[in-house]
Amino acid sequence: MCHQTVSLVARQLEAAGIPTVLFGTAKDIVEHCGVARFVFSDFPLGNSCGRSFDAVQQHQVLELGLQLLEHATAPRTTVQAPDVWGDDDTWKQLIFTEEQPFLSGEALENWLAAKQRYRDQRAAAQ
Amino acid sequence: MSEHVRYMDRTRDYYVSQGYEKPYQWAHHTDVPFSLLTKPLSECRVAIVSTSDVAIMGPDGQRDRSNEFSVGNVYSLPSDTPVDQLYSRQEHYDQHATNLDDVNAYYPVDRLRELVEQGRIGSLAPSFHGVYTGYSQRKTADVDAPEAVRRCIEEEVDVAVMTPV
Repeated sequence: MCHQTVSLVARQLEAAGIPTVLFGTAKDIVEHCGVARFVFSDFPLGNSCGRSFDAVQQHQVLELGLQLLEHATAPRTTVQAPDVWGDDDTWKQLIFTEEQPFLSGEALENWLAAKQRYRDQRAAAQ
Repeated sequence: MSEHVRYMDRTRDYYVSQGYEKPYQWAHHTDVPFSLLTKPLSECRVAIVSTSDVAIMGPDGQRDRSNEFSVGNVYSLPSDTPVDQLYSRQEHYDQHATNLDDVNAYYPVDRLRELVEQGRIGSLAPSFHGVYTGYSQRKTADVDAPEAVRRCIEEEVDVAVMTPV
């Protein structure tokens, strides 16, 4: 969801004349929305700009974005960072499954509470 | 290397299994606005615009619970805030596979500062901007995105680095 929101903002920056490059891990959501330039890392949600505590790899990811800014000539230009998260792809199979709920415990309660606040705000605004 | 995760399919199936009946309609656009860079990156002023919900820690170096759950609106942070004073309030990431301990992995402040030192980019804008992840695409499009644009124009941003969590 935060991939969608940041994509929507990127679109308006582009429309206002400010070039953007988006770094993300949810390829389908960003490309479905449609953005100018996108560096895709096939990493878990949480590592949009590279591997944690790996400055060298993070710089490689950022550099891909800078090159897009310099060389892309049309919107919807996506490049994929070459790195893989690890030998084990289990995280891809488990995310958003009943076996491994995306949110649980306090995070789930906070999400439900935030949804309710949003409903309340909408109701109050009407 | 296996296929990337198809989050739209995965979340639809997941929430149906949790009893939600109406599938979420993801934003979709056929037209995509595009602006070309008009000067070398080494002369560009760069800002981060992010939905990673990054905040500044309280004076005691702890998470500041008082601002944890503010909803809506765009907010700005000084771009020279030391990274060890920053943290993300986001909970919507893959908590089983990773963590948000390294802010630079989703909000690359140190990496951008290094790029300025190297002369690869010109400078950093005085402020970086946060946009709350919205349930309402309309609010994002009508309120939050225009505000983020306004703040970037005000600080004469040449390039925006967009990062979700």
